[in-house]
Amino acid sequence: MTEHIQHIQLPEGSIEKQTTTLNLGPTHPATHGVFQNIIELDGERIVSAESTVGYIHRAFEKIAERRPLYQITPLTDRLNYCSSPINNMGWHLTCEKLLGVETPKRVDYLRVIIMELARISDHLICNSIVGVDTGAFTGFLYVMQYRELIYEIYEEVCGSRLTTNIGRIGGFERNFSNTAFTKLEKFLKEYPDVLKEFENLFNRNRIFMERTIGGGAISAERALNYGFTGPNLRAAGVDYDVRVQNPYSSYQDFDFIIPVGKTGDNYDRFLVRNEEMWQSLSIIQQAYRKIQEFKGEEAEVFHANVPEYYLPKKEDVYTKMEALIWHFKIIMGEVEMPKGEVYQAVEGGNGELGFYLISDGGRTPFRLHFRRPCFIYYQAYPELVKGSMLSDAVVTMSSLNLIAGEMDA
Amino acid sequence: MALNNSIIQEKLVAQFGEEMFSFSEQYGMLCLEAPTEQNLKVLQFLYDEPTLAFRFLTDLCAVHDPEKPGKEICVVYHLHNLIENVRIRLKVYTSVADPKVFTATRLFEAANWMERETYDFYGVQFVGHPNLKRVLNVDEMDYFPLRKEYPLEDQTRIDKDDQMFGRG
Amino acid sequence: MSRPVRFNIHPIPSEAKDAVSVAEAPEGYAGEGFFTTQLSSVVGLARKNSMWPLPFATSCCGIEFMATMASHYDLARFGAERVGFSPRQCDLLMVMGTIAKKMGPVLRQVYLQMAEPRWVIAVGACASSGGIFDSYSVLQGIDQIIPVDVYVPGCPPRPEAILDGFMKIQELVGQESIRRRNSEQYKALLNSYGIE
Repeated sequence: MTEHIQHIQLPEGSIEKQTTTLNLGPTHPATHGVFQNIIELDGERIVSAESTVGYIHRAFEKIAERRPLYQITPLTDRLNYCSSPINNMGWHLTCEKLLGVETPKRVDYLRVIIMELARISDHLICNSIVGVDTGAFTGFLYVMQYRELIYEIYEEVCGSRLTTNIGRIGGFERNFSNTAFTKLEKFLKEYPDVLKEFENLFNRNRIFMERTIGGGAISAERALNYGFTGPNLRAAGVDYDVRVQNPYSSYQDFDFIIPVGKTGDNYDRFLVRNEEMWQSLSIIQQAYRKIQEFKGEEAEVFHANVPEYYLPKKEDVYTKMEALIWHFKIIMGEVEMPKGEVYQAVEGGNGELGFYLISDGGRTPFRLHFRRPCFIYYQAYPELVKGSMLSDAVVTMSSLNLIAGEMDA
Repeated sequence: MALNNSIIQEKLVAQFGEEMFSFSEQYGMLCLEAPTEQNLKVLQFLYDEPTLAFRFLTDLCAVHDPEKPGKEICVVYHLHNLIENVRIRLKVYTSVADPKVFTATRLFEAANWMERETYDFYGVQFVGHPNLKRVLNVDEMDYFPLRKEYPLEDQTRIDKDDQMFGRG
Repeated sequence: MSRPVRFNIHPIPSEAKDAVSVAEAPEGYAGEGFFTTQLSSVVGLARKNSMWPLPFATSCCGIEFMATMASHYDLARFGAERVGFSPRQCDLLMVMGTIAKKMGPVLRQVYLQMAEPRWVIAVGACASSGGIFDSYSVLQGIDQIIPVDVYVPGCPPRPEAILDGFMKIQELVGQESIRRRNSEQYKALLNSYGIE
């Protein structure tokens, strides 16, 4: 309702405003990250919003011009830090495309396992935080326990929990130990029940449904125009998934479906992410079975045979001449880098994470640009919340899975 | 017949003429360079033509190469045809003294913030942009940091010793 | 009609004797019905076991903080269950993550709005010294703008490390003198940051 009924007589010349300006400012309790929305409210309804980002701009693209290719991996970790292995693998795939390195199948399957675990980890945070923003804290506490299991698997493989720096150009730094596979089996055994329990708490929960259905809806045409990708686009009805369209790392060998929603509102995004977690679980099980089929020599392969880009084993560096020379060349940057530009995209937790790398033959990239999905679809936020109430705006913000590190780079 | 790089090349040459573009193929992706004033016309043609249908703007960024006098800043568009699954890269060059490029926001809403980021980093003025101001850096910044002549580190910091990092 | 219970149906019997730890009473003189000690010890004991933290989580360390708050590495057992986002009501400002120069004034304003006594813990390498981001847009440590009590290094620090930092804050809180916040030294510290 747009009439303004004035019960109080304001004195002549005082300010009369129809709307209130509210600053949903960089520090807000949704614990998502730092971005700001300046909202014009008419009572409880949002008339317009303006978003500001850049509160955690760390100048990744400029830092990357200073570092050789293998030192950029820790930077990519900190893009979407909830699913950092996907960023790492995407960067390694970009480098391998530039350098012309072919990875063996076992490496591809191991990468798929790690990437799908990261996707589960990312969607778990997003969905449980949507629950927290509607008032349900229990779901968050339940699933954080199982994210700890995923962190333990990462720790076995690479030593770190969150910002993993997993893998090298051409493969992994060490073979997966038996402990890693035992932990993976434990996760695969326990996790389906937990996901089912999580769905029981939320999917047909009347309060949750009434809070989320209808809020933040976007049509497929507008979503494509805004450059949406990932679960947000799939909830709007477009089945675009980089793993199917431009398969990388042997995704074409796996059998999975892409869940697609209808209206693109918060509830559809929640359901799409839940269903994607089931699909990720099935992909991990298929990959694990495929890995167990490798026997003998093949079961020890964990990197491609590229001495020019993959550091040799330390025992060889101290005993063999050739390994010493390659070690020196790689660290000192005397390896020939091809000139050219390459664009490689992977399906991150939020959509198409792209790496545009221009190399001029030198040790460091000439230009590296990250195509960050969060930055691109956050532009649509004012359109998504226009006309809705303030509390729905908070739920929309969390259901879009905005990660500040990825937004600002 | 499925869309591939040679068909795209033929259609573009048929519409705009032989001398306008220079084509190259990098790692399977067709790259075309267009004159700066024609960037909107090319984008509109790639969008409207029913067989080409590049309706998704994947990425918009810029590259600064001080070695090319008069064409230092290159604005790069990555477009994607989702139905045929074909990607293409369009480049327009502009000089660093007066970098003006027409904005693509009327065609793609996604270009809005991407052009603001390009302005923030390189100083490219997008003519016709609804809200061209800095998006990632502080508003008071008076230089364009990603140009090659500026250093990475904040030169006023006192706790880190450049000598120790090999950049004395 | 109750839902069938599937979890925790075979609970493990616990030895309650060792399971609960009781805070040490401060040194003092006790008698029939009275106990005398220093006021600062009692106040410190009460404060340190009921800190209200303000999680200023900006990036990756924020996710490790979420893991610290969750049930595996519980922060609530130290009394810090109620995390608040209003600076007026909190005593501990936990800065977790990179602070960019654009965010600096916001952090300073949040710190200024906190009421005395207040403590600051810088979690992570980025908050302590800029971390791996030695660039033009990142503040090289929050101690450029606000005084810090405890630094927790790591990128990101493990939840155990965050808990260790929290326990060091508890030590500081427990031993703080009543007069510290009005002393000349503290005023000089705040003046060096430009805070009145």
